[in-house]
Amino acid sequence: MPKHDTPLLDELEKGPWPSFVTDIKRQAATKPECWDILGQLELSFKDRITHWKHGGIVGVFGYGGGIVGRYSDVPDRFPGVAHFHTVRLNQPSGMYYSTKKLRAICDLWQKYGSGMTNMHGSTGDLVLLGTTTPNLEPLFYELTHDLNQDLGGSGSNLRTPSCCLGKSRCEWSCYDTQATCYALTMRYQDEIHRPAFPYKFKFKFSGCPNDCVASIARSDLSVIGTWRDDIRIDQKAVKGYIDGTYKPNAGAHAGKDWGKFNITKEVINLCPTKCMWMEGDTLKIDNAECTRCMHCINVMPRALRPGAKQGATVLVGAKAPILDGAQFATMVVPFMEMSAENEYEDLVNFIESLWDWWMEQGKNRERIGESIQRVGLPTFLKVMNIEPLPQHIREPRSNPYVFWESEEVEGGFDRDVREFRKRHKQ
Amino acid sequence: MGYDPQNPMADRITDIGPPHYDELMPPVCKANFGKWLYHEILQPGVLVHVSETGAECYTVRCASARLISIDLIREMCDIADAHCDGHLRFTTRNNVEFMTDSKAKLDALLADLSSAKRGGRFPIGGTGASITNIVHTQGWVHCHTPATDASGVVKAIMDEVFDYFTTMTLPAQLRIALACCLNMCGAVHASDIAVLGVHRKPPMIDHDAITGLCELPLAISACPLGAIKPAKATNEKGEEVKSVVVNAAKCMFCGNCYTMCPAMPLADPEGDGIAILVGGKVSNSKSAPKFSKLVVPFLPNNTPRWPEVTAVVKKIVEVYAKDAQKYERVGEWAERIGWEKFFEKCDIPFTIKSVDDYRLAYNTWRTTTQFKFTSHIK
Repeated sequence: MPKHDTPLLDELEKGPWPSFVTDIKRQAATKPECWDILGQLELSFKDRITHWKHGGIVGVFGYGGGIVGRYSDVPDRFPGVAHFHTVRLNQPSGMYYSTKKLRAICDLWQKYGSGMTNMHGSTGDLVLLGTTTPNLEPLFYELTHDLNQDLGGSGSNLRTPSCCLGKSRCEWSCYDTQATCYALTMRYQDEIHRPAFPYKFKFKFSGCPNDCVASIARSDLSVIGTWRDDIRIDQKAVKGYIDGTYKPNAGAHAGKDWGKFNITKEVINLCPTKCMWMEGDTLKIDNAECTRCMHCINVMPRALRPGAKQGATVLVGAKAPILDGAQFATMVVPFMEMSAENEYEDLVNFIESLWDWWMEQGKNRERIGESIQRVGLPTFLKVMNIEPLPQHIREPRSNPYVFWESEEVEGGFDRDVREFRKRHKQ
Repeated sequence: MGYDPQNPMADRITDIGPPHYDELMPPVCKANFGKWLYHEILQPGVLVHVSETGAECYTVRCASARLISIDLIREMCDIADAHCDGHLRFTTRNNVEFMTDSKAKLDALLADLSSAKRGGRFPIGGTGASITNIVHTQGWVHCHTPATDASGVVKAIMDEVFDYFTTMTLPAQLRIALACCLNMCGAVHASDIAVLGVHRKPPMIDHDAITGLCELPLAISACPLGAIKPAKATNEKGEEVKSVVVNAAKCMFCGNCYTMCPAMPLADPEGDGIAILVGGKVSNSKSAPKFSKLVVPFLPNNTPRWPEVTAVVKKIVEVYAKDAQKYERVGEWAERIGWEKFFEKCDIPFTIKSVDDYRLAYNTWRTTTQFKFTSHIK
């Protein structure tokens, strides 16, 4: 495949941020189809419109997900990208790799693909970008036999679950996000690979309310670590922050002179529930009033740690705006213990009752958050057998339109209008 | 053995899932799993995590374009083999992280990453009160429904705000995200600054292709506003075909009909471009998670560097950097000063396009006498 002139893309080789254009050009030395990637992309930069055809259903035998079909609408000009299918590989929890593993994936993609990847896709998969239909089966064979790896999800499947790096390199993780993510990924392989749902369903596991995988914004099932006892305080380290021995916020603000650390201004007054105060040089926290937002812990990581009685809050139904508007996940289970010993029994039961209801009631292409909007949170809580709590709402309803049921009202709904008329003339 | 095309189902392996993470973590992470006590940012892009065992894990965070080649991944592997016992990881925001267990190895790693032979491919930063990597989608390099490119816009923006990646001078972390259409596979709706590809022309109807290609009831029901109705039309052969008609006055340009029906393309060089949304956040720290709000309804796809987009992003970042209080995220700052002040300070013209008229819009209307007199009030 010949090199194309790419005057517009060449402009993106300038500047300090790593240039994907330079990178693709470098790769073209051994994968000449990369010239056609650049050629077609240059055409899009010129025409200011995509040159990929709509969709295309391709896959490997027995799976209904994991490969996304893509075809060029100018294949004669750029035959190297006439087929340009995406392969989604299920990423390991925490996105750690050994170089041995990563090099094997590179070799596989050298053999069967364009040489270009996304590290990683938005949902978390390791994305191999651009291959042909005939390459799919041999690639899958070697992926499973030689690399001991598997595809992720796409379409109306359980999408590849993802998690933050959890306890492997973070002091705040309140449960083992990696183990949970791995266990549920393995448990639900069938749901990941074969579409059975009204629409996509995403699991995301964050170890603490800082939520580094953005689970509250984009997952149908969001599991966020929390604690229900007292924040652990090291008063000596508190003094270390006050006297300037330790940098606040782990040094996150070191690039600008913000003045001397002021615990009242930077921690106590920014606490959303105002549940902290100083008694002399001792920091006090009224933990019953704390909503576990993480701010004080973020600012003084050496002095404060999440409590020791740890678990997770489970939220349901986040999604991007298409179609009814964006939704954050709604808090449904305030505290759930996350235990590998019972194989996450509580979470598994919760997930399966969600799916039972949604697979029956969800409309085509309706995310579970939209299904809940449609029927209302009270109905959802009832079908899920969850006791309503004030924690489920930000504030009580401001209209009086309660859907009373017949059995809730003395005497029920059945009445005799003739009996009524005997006492009340028309 | 290998794959036999004559017998594709022979000794097939399926549903084995991802590799277990245990074998892939650096030894220091494995040995100190669940034992970490605290962390510190030593310099922009360099973290140390300290374990209760006294062990230390030094991490160097480097930018990546996310769209990267296997040659570049192999180079990352070379670096990890030389300094990190053959392990590395990627972050949820597409940075690559190299980890070592000693200060001496860290120094060697930093020297290698910054050396001439690496050609500036591994800028170090993205920690603390900085702008880290832009979470983004595919754009014109792979997607079939985009209203803008992704990698090109990201490159142009990050070049413009690069100094904020390598330093920690902002009031708080600032998260930029880009999605190339309203489907938002990049989920930009809760970002400090969201760059969103938008369409502005209703779909065309390809009456020559619609028969057999689209399920008309699905196309009709795909429209959230009921703008698509069944209609008879004539194809190029002069035959009457069952098709659809679009009420352009009702169209909100979401593109959901095109997702369901390839015979309804809506992308257009003049119609498509970028909207800027501001003030979202994901973290529960201090204030609850917030959605990003639309402040600039449209900027053109001015390739190859989107100067109008980078100018707006840079302006917002600079005003925020100067005006916000320590720890305040962009959305918290905008709420404190008031959105009317946000528009004024950032020199962004306020237009009726920022007034919500979609579902749940009422929640965004002001129902108090509390407001500030800004230059908008004549």
